[in-house]
Amino acid sequence: MSTRSTVSAAFLAGAVATALASFATAAPLTEAEAKAAMDAGKEKCFGVAMKGQNDCAAGPGTTCQGTSTVDYQGNAWKFVDGGTCTTMELPEGRKGSSSALTRDIPS
Amino acid sequence: MPRDELQSGDPGRRFDYAAAFTAGLLDPDRAPPDAVSGPNGKAAVKRYAVYRNNVTVSLIDALAASFPATLRITGPDFFRAMARFHVRETPPTSPLLFEYGRDFADFIERYEYAKSMPWLADVARMERAWLDAYHAADAEPLASGALASIPPERLADTVFVPHPATRAIRSLYPVATIFAANRSDGPVGRIEAGGPEDALVTRPGLEVVVRHLPPGGAAFLDRLMAGELLGAAATAAFAERAEFDLSANIAGLLQAGAFTAAHQGE
Amino acid sequence: MNGLAIHPASRMSKTSRFPAHPVAGLAGTSFKHEHLHAILGDDPKDGFFEVHAENYMGAGGPPHDALTKIRRDYPVSLHGVCMSIGGSRPLDKAHLGRFKALVDRYEPALVSEHLAWSTHDTTYYNDLLPLPYTQATVSRVADHIDEVQGTIGRPILLENPSTYVLFPESTMSETDFIRELVRRTGCGLLLDVNNVFISATNHRYSALSYLADFPLDHVGEIHLAGHAEQEDDEGDLLLIDSHDGPVADAVWKLFDIVIGRCGPLPTLIEWDSDIPDWPVLKAEAAAAQAILDHHAGSYYISGKAHAAG
Repeated sequence: MSTRSTVSAAFLAGAVATALASFATAAPLTEAEAKAAMDAGKEKCFGVAMKGQNDCAAGPGTTCQGTSTVDYQGNAWKFVDGGTCTTMELPEGRKGSSSALTRDIPS
Repeated sequence: MPRDELQSGDPGRRFDYAAAFTAGLLDPDRAPPDAVSGPNGKAAVKRYAVYRNNVTVSLIDALAASFPATLRITGPDFFRAMARFHVRETPPTSPLLFEYGRDFADFIERYEYAKSMPWLADVARMERAWLDAYHAADAEPLASGALASIPPERLADTVFVPHPATRAIRSLYPVATIFAANRSDGPVGRIEAGGPEDALVTRPGLEVVVRHLPPGGAAFLDRLMAGELLGAAATAAFAERAEFDLSANIAGLLQAGAFTAAHQGE
Repeated sequence: MNGLAIHPASRMSKTSRFPAHPVAGLAGTSFKHEHLHAILGDDPKDGFFEVHAENYMGAGGPPHDALTKIRRDYPVSLHGVCMSIGGSRPLDKAHLGRFKALVDRYEPALVSEHLAWSTHDTTYYNDLLPLPYTQATVSRVADHIDEVQGTIGRPILLENPSTYVLFPESTMSETDFIRELVRRTGCGLLLDVNNVFISATNHRYSALSYLADFPLDHVGEIHLAGHAEQEDDEGDLLLIDSHDGPVADAVWKLFDIVIGRCGPLPTLIEWDSDIPDWPVLKAEAAAAQAILDHHAGSYYISGKAHAAG
């Protein structure tokens, strides 16, 4: 909207009034509604992309112990394998790569 | 005792066990420090390697815990190798592990083997924002109707106080969709090529919420979070995206609980 | 929980004080968030919980909500992991301030830290690293303990470490070093029996001799945990303090001996990796409680009532 160099007070008041009116008439989407809208690929405007999951991914905690897991550095750093990357059709026509780049492999 | 007394008489040259011990903790090619041994003067190569391994594995684990969607996308082998490079390059500076990983997204962006996934760094940015929101201070969100009490002619001069958990994420990729698909427990179906997505992360109560931001929404929110007046923020959002829907954005941000207060700016 | 426990009648705000649940004679476990729901459903509410202080140093959110719920119903032990009391540099004042804030906020029954270090200069290594035992280090560590105790306004329990290397620099035994720290600072001790067993095995000395030299009169809490087996450079056994499984039989035996000598001290089962479902962890604490109760009769006329508050 290049003609609107600044937002007028009247326009702003109207927008706020519309926003406030939306609270009165539209209840928030339920989780199921939001999911349905997302699944349909329609929900791009303030749709809930993700909620909850606090228990399963709450980030790291400190440790006061050693680990019995031995860090092993193989050549795995070259390969995306066993992830969900390969299921994604993403921009620029690219698909997640399941193989190493062939250039500039460090010695 | 003799050696200790000798050294304590010359504090400037005192043996600093911590400096000697840490030198090789993040460098697998370094020999263990001379200052340590096994019992009866036995070698301590494997013994010192226990500490090195503890440091490396626990910090990789910490990144895995903070970036579970990134891990799920790449698979564990790739992720752990990538994280290992990052741990050695940028170990934590805070003892609070949930603060670690602020540079991880930038690292991913530069990481040679992640270049086929140009959207991966943005997923990591989103995960870092999620963890910030998770640990952010508790605050009551601004009530949806709070703007009703502001006289219409003063609305343009209104300043919003962001909720401590509120973050805006901008991406050239469908970051919120990728993030959501890989943070839930269910199977990840095909994600078809989507357009750019911006997202809002906040935590109005105890649950972190991620929402899609409509066009111009991130510019609008960024400006408001920086303390700009509502009128100026709206103007900037229109300048960035002509289709910016002001009333929908105001309604959405308030409904999401993105702010804790609104007051008159100067 | 014994009859002295006072249960709040209603939700408490952040500024409210918590009930003074006594911890004496109880066995407890590490508190893990995945167990929160199961724990809140438990009745009766037995035992106590220990948390790593650093995990509650965020500003808000679910961690504080969970710990508040736990603290209402149980005694809580605040276990610091990252103070670097054993470090060669001054304590991190900001970190000490955060630690004090947690002590003030949650009024823990027990407060502890490690004889170890994890930060050097600006890097945090996320492991409990060892130090040489000398006159110079005992002075510095004593100063650090004084500083912590002065800041939080109460004594701490200092935990003996598990170690994988020795410092030829050392001029004192670990037990002499710890005894000297107690003498200089008035701190109490957290005796990690698993750590004793690990270090004794790794450095080829007798765990019983170590315990005979240890100032047991100053112990205020016991830790028990599982460990893993690896090999050192010579192919000999090297134990790793992995906290990822049940307590070993040998460690249970040492624990029984310690409690026989010291009476029923608050005892914590640490389980921090490969964390099992709540009933498994709870059963491990029940096994410790049975040993505490077995020895309680010879120390107290009526069990746990002597140390309320």
